[in-house]
Amino acid sequence: MTTPSRTPEPDRPARIERAPGDYRLTHLQALEAESIHIFREVAAELERPALMFSGGKDSIVMLRVAEKAFWPARIPFPVLHVDTGLNFPEVIAFRDRRVEELKVALIVASVPDAIERGLVRPEPNGSRNRIQTPVLLEAIETHRFTALFGGARRDEEKARAKERVFSFRDEFGQWDPKNQRPELWNLYNGRIHVGESIRVFPLSNWTELDVWHYIGAEELEVPELYLARERSVFERDGMLYAANEFCRPKDGETVFDERVRYRTMGDANLTAAVRSHADTIDRIIEEIAVTRLTERGATRGDDRVSEAAMEDRKKEGYF
Amino acid sequence: MDLLRFATAGSVDDGKSTMIGRLLYDTKSIFEDQLAAVERTSREMGVDFTNLALLTDGLRAEREQGITIDVAYRYFATPKRKFIIADTPGHPQYTRNMVTGASTADLAIVLVDARKGMVEQSRRHAFIVTLLRVPHLVVAVNKMDLVEYAQDVFERIRGEFAAFASKLSVPDLTVIPIAALHGDNVASRSDRMPWYEGPSLLHHLENVHVASDRNMTDVRFPVQYVIRPQSSEHHDYRGYAGSVAGGVLKPGDEVVVLPSGRQTRIASIDTEDGPVEEAFPPMAVTVRLEDDLDVSRGDMICRPHNAPAARQELDAMVCWMSDEPLVAGRKLAIKHTTRSARAVVRALRYRLDVNTLHRDESADVLALNDIGRIQLRSTVPLFVDDYRRNRATGGFILVDEATNDTVGAGMVVGSD
Repeated sequence: MTTPSRTPEPDRPARIERAPGDYRLTHLQALEAESIHIFREVAAELERPALMFSGGKDSIVMLRVAEKAFWPARIPFPVLHVDTGLNFPEVIAFRDRRVEELKVALIVASVPDAIERGLVRPEPNGSRNRIQTPVLLEAIETHRFTALFGGARRDEEKARAKERVFSFRDEFGQWDPKNQRPELWNLYNGRIHVGESIRVFPLSNWTELDVWHYIGAEELEVPELYLARERSVFERDGMLYAANEFCRPKDGETVFDERVRYRTMGDANLTAAVRSHADTIDRIIEEIAVTRLTERGATRGDDRVSEAAMEDRKKEGYF
Repeated sequence: MDLLRFATAGSVDDGKSTMIGRLLYDTKSIFEDQLAAVERTSREMGVDFTNLALLTDGLRAEREQGITIDVAYRYFATPKRKFIIADTPGHPQYTRNMVTGASTADLAIVLVDARKGMVEQSRRHAFIVTLLRVPHLVVAVNKMDLVEYAQDVFERIRGEFAAFASKLSVPDLTVIPIAALHGDNVASRSDRMPWYEGPSLLHHLENVHVASDRNMTDVRFPVQYVIRPQSSEHHDYRGYAGSVAGGVLKPGDEVVVLPSGRQTRIASIDTEDGPVEEAFPPMAVTVRLEDDLDVSRGDMICRPHNAPAARQELDAMVCWMSDEPLVAGRKLAIKHTTRSARAVVRALRYRLDVNTLHRDESADVLALNDIGRIQLRSTVPLFVDDYRRNRATGGFILVDEATNDTVGAGMVVGSD
């Protein structure tokens, strides 16, 4: 773990100096304000929300904005982690520390446990991405959650570009893209029937670059895996995977040392690293600003399946 | 760097997706894998050029049918600004989608085909932009390449639009000749139209002044959430969290809280980053008051001599968004700022023909995508301003109490 180096000129929302009479917000301030509004609206209107935290950069930012939305009170809902059992250990340690700092309740929905109980079965390629869905839905039912905050952004993927901030789900957790509620002004409609729930995406309008700018400006701690380090890797399907307990090279795959970092925090067995020299947050920002590949295209074996992979998973009740 | 939200509208085949694709492409906002996916899909569909329009088709049904179903949001940035595009389709249901996209927009781009000029749909689009009080309207006259970049064609369309716009009282109109397919006047000025002296589309988007578009005069703070930590550290803390909907709030200001009418002063304006000296739209802050009043969600904090009207009877323009038509006598849920209530439609005054602007006072229903003027009565007073004065305190949504669907978008007319 590391505390990232600071950006030279912090753009941190309240610290910014404004000239008298200049009533402009920076884009980060405007995005933060919108996200805070969404958190408060859900807390006011829905009875049992929870925040889905994965330890990835988006959920780190989401948790920070939630902290700001209710300060000086504690975040008035628990944190839910769907643990695939294949998380990088750094990510789990990070999760536990952050939850402790914020004094919020942590609920872990365990995929290995669900496998043991026979609720789900891993896919042949080892991906536990899709089988997170039944585990998530079970947790929603058990805890009777009515709203779940997710860190998804609309710039991530084409199906997400059309998803509402309040994404309405039926009692099976399904998303119906053709039947979404219109979202006007900042007036969100959180009305649901018993058994139904809403996925809420406070960071809908943020981009990957916005997330990193915010992490820099707020000096947020992130798992060190995001930063470029010399790591032992091997190549598979044109992507670099770290050799670790979850992911071992097969015959013919040679391990070598390379300066790499992770752009996303998926499962350790299926998340690839990218060659990078970005060893500080500032350098990550520089790198992202000129990068030519989307984060998912560059690093996620599990998203490459088909053009409509995300759309299908979302219809089934995925995040 | 600040933020500009804009909506785009155009008829079928006006080249809207190409224009957006061009903006993204020329600002280097398209990633190689996205472009590769688009090239792959273009090939699969048997198209022999890379169809930039595919970049904006999100759902499988859309790709299969070659149509756009829903509002899609796109993002790009230049060193000057971050942009959020609400891309609204020109197809069926477009009124509902365009109203949705325009509701949060600082600016709207209406596309016109240079060969066709201003058609019925262009008028509808411009009207909706005005109805939703989008402060800046850009008419992009596209496909200038197909009219030999002729100045007289452009001037004629510009004249038509200016005449129509003056009837609608469009606050700020800019007309730009472009050829999206080739990039003329999109990201940079084109040599092929030396007679055009205005900015390129992107230059205009980067420089249009939007900070003063929000209402900075009338203090409006709808209480969204009451913060009471009840911890030993913040034992007596009681703060009213919300997003500023109008005016500038300062510590020490005398304020009145509606509906109680009790007066007090602002003790401080808090954020987790520390107290602030001023709060203005759209900041999300927490206001503490000097006196211990009973304030809850849905209350409105404003200034003693500048308060919104507290009304149970209100007149509004409404865009109907449900298959089941709206008729007088219908009961609905209403959400206005942070206040929710029930309401009954007392009367349908007229249905507006969006093409001719004719008011049909004999209409007795509003069907899906219709716009009309209604009179409502709510169960509790709502603290409203004329939508033209303040979008945040003049807009509301109507919700079907049985299905919970959002079925209408309303804009308050004349608060006094």
